[in-house]
Amino acid sequence: MKSIADIKAIREKMQAQIISRDNESEANEIRVVVGMATCGIAAGARPVFNEFVDQVANRGIKHVKVTRTGCIGMCKLEPIVEVFVPGQEKVTYVHVDAEKAKKILDQHVLGGKICTEYLVGDEA
Amino acid sequence: MYRNTVLVCGGTGCHSNHSAEIYDRFVAKVAENGLTEEVLLVKTGCFGLCAVGPVVIIYPEGAFYSQVQVSDVDELVSEHLVKGRLVERLIYKDLNSPEVTKALSETNFYKSQTRVALRNCGVINPEDIDEYIAYDGYQALIKVLTEMTPEEVIQTVLDSGLRGRGGAGFPTGLKWRFARNAKADETGIKYVCCNADEGDPGAFMDRSILEGDPHAVIEAMAIAAYAIGSNQGYIYVRAEYPIAVQRMKIAIEQAKEYGLLGKNILGLGFDFDLGIRLGSGAFVCGEETALMTSIEGKRGEPRPRPPFPANKGLFQKPTILNNVETYANIAQIILKGADWFRSMGTEKSPGTKVFALGGKIVNTGLVEIPMGTTLRTVIEDIGGGIPNGKKFKAAQTGGPSGGCIPAAHMDVPIDFENLAAIGSIMGSGGLIVMDEDNCMVDIAKFFLLFTKDESCGKCTPCRIGTTRLLEYLDKITSGKGELKDLDEMEKLCYYIKDNALCGLGQTAPNPVLATLKFFRDEYVAHIVDKKCPAGVCKALLSYEVLDTCKGCTLCARNCPVGAISGAVKQKHIIDQSKCIKCGVCMDKCKFKAIVRK
Repeated sequence: MKSIADIKAIREKMQAQIISRDNESEANEIRVVVGMATCGIAAGARPVFNEFVDQVANRGIKHVKVTRTGCIGMCKLEPIVEVFVPGQEKVTYVHVDAEKAKKILDQHVLGGKICTEYLVGDEA
Repeated sequence: MYRNTVLVCGGTGCHSNHSAEIYDRFVAKVAENGLTEEVLLVKTGCFGLCAVGPVVIIYPEGAFYSQVQVSDVDELVSEHLVKGRLVERLIYKDLNSPEVTKALSETNFYKSQTRVALRNCGVINPEDIDEYIAYDGYQALIKVLTEMTPEEVIQTVLDSGLRGRGGAGFPTGLKWRFARNAKADETGIKYVCCNADEGDPGAFMDRSILEGDPHAVIEAMAIAAYAIGSNQGYIYVRAEYPIAVQRMKIAIEQAKEYGLLGKNILGLGFDFDLGIRLGSGAFVCGEETALMTSIEGKRGEPRPRPPFPANKGLFQKPTILNNVETYANIAQIILKGADWFRSMGTEKSPGTKVFALGGKIVNTGLVEIPMGTTLRTVIEDIGGGIPNGKKFKAAQTGGPSGGCIPAAHMDVPIDFENLAAIGSIMGSGGLIVMDEDNCMVDIAKFFLLFTKDESCGKCTPCRIGTTRLLEYLDKITSGKGELKDLDEMEKLCYYIKDNALCGLGQTAPNPVLATLKFFRDEYVAHIVDKKCPAGVCKALLSYEVLDTCKGCTLCARNCPVGAISGAVKQKHIIDQSKCIKCGVCMDKCKFKAIVRK
């Protein structure tokens, strides 16, 4: 038999599983888009993508949607991550790995400060 | 954590369109691609848009795929789940807005809806109690058991203004108060029952709630039991709802395992046990006294009231009996408060109502609207209008106990009082849309045939009365009616209403009375002109060949009874004495040279 505390624990644990099923209004939503074409996946986009998904789910962040896109033509710079904040220009990060992903999420997506060191810059 | 969540509809509608196989194929293909750890597959309850099922939704994109076939799954997995590209050809397209609609919440069908009773249907996995708990499940029960007295629970339900969603609209809180105040006998036993004997043709909201969110009903029944001082409940559900029964069984097992049902719930000293009783499909068993008689193991027949069930119900003990949809509102009212509930709907009918849309409508399915929404919004905006450019004639509400709403009343806000005022009833929520091709006399006949068959036979007004009424309708639709029949029918209708023992008989004449009121001209056309204006009643039809006939012989070759004769390139003739009025000749004619009169 469960106690009230057990039910509470189940509820909290399950939040991560259901968070993506919320239909947050698109106007306030920040989109994190990971390039997941063959080139991206080969360059290691999968752990990057999963890092974003895990962080967003485990921390219960409701206004951030993590999605994927195909090849945008700069295969040598993959894994590429684009961040769309409503009302701002999109920001493109290159050569992202899981660690950089976490920093992008904390510093830029949640903190509002662009991680200038990972930007696409002149390389393109 | 899962990067994609795939929801596959497991409601009866989609299930009968192979959604179970679609789900299994997803499981296999996801495993084949090594995505089992990354993609969560959920079989849910009904999404509501049954017309375009089977339905699949993939999050986080919220892509809404409709009419998915088993053979489409491989592409959905390889394109959407592996590569992250939407499969455009399967994305639901709103017929009334040209652009491709992606998210479910953006469709016309969902935009005007407010989902309270259906909030978890099509969202959670009904076979996983943890998902229900994630969406605040059992929080209301905890709140009630730890913070509220039974009297406070009843007062909250009373303040919310919630009225019985089975159709009659009796205040739920009042029912609970009567049962709480009723004196139990020396055993101290009281019962909590759930009426899931959904019998109206075309109604399927209770089934969908049981299939999509069974724990919501369990939680509400436990709350009701606490409020009235009961420790035993029964859910009376039709055996024709195998998926609902199965999911309810699983839900009860899981709730017992978690200590949310049974002895000493959550260690808080309250006992409540719940059993399922299967009904065999007798319509009368949806009537409360007949339902309880059936649970007792006897033949399902109603008995006179008083005594009311609140005083002497199941096994002669004080009992409350509420409908599935009524229960589905309870936990939300406890958690969010009576004022929140009153903020939706109208003053006398707060909250929302679920309707099962059927008949001549584009978006056949399940909708939940705030009370006070007009029929026009339901049919034109949410329902997507009438298919094939036909004209709306009437909407039938309340099934065999209800009446019909003609086009003139389309802007009446839907609530208990307004529907009664125009001679219809809210009923349990079946809403059948009819267009110009429907004959209203035939509709009345259809429902009368149903109630005549389902009359239990215990009381004479119902047993004999419905039979006589049907005879009148048969007479009229076969062209033998007389004008005086209409007055006699009306008299008989009121006699049955006033004298029948239970709700079945008291409401059985409603379809006749309503059609007589709004569509008397159709009755008159059948009687005086011997014509069926909608072209439905076969005895009053005739098919004729026009002069534009090319003599192609196609009709003659297709006529199943050989009633058409004529030489090649000459006008054909239909022998009316042989014709069975099947209409095949008219469908086959390429020159529109055969007409129905």
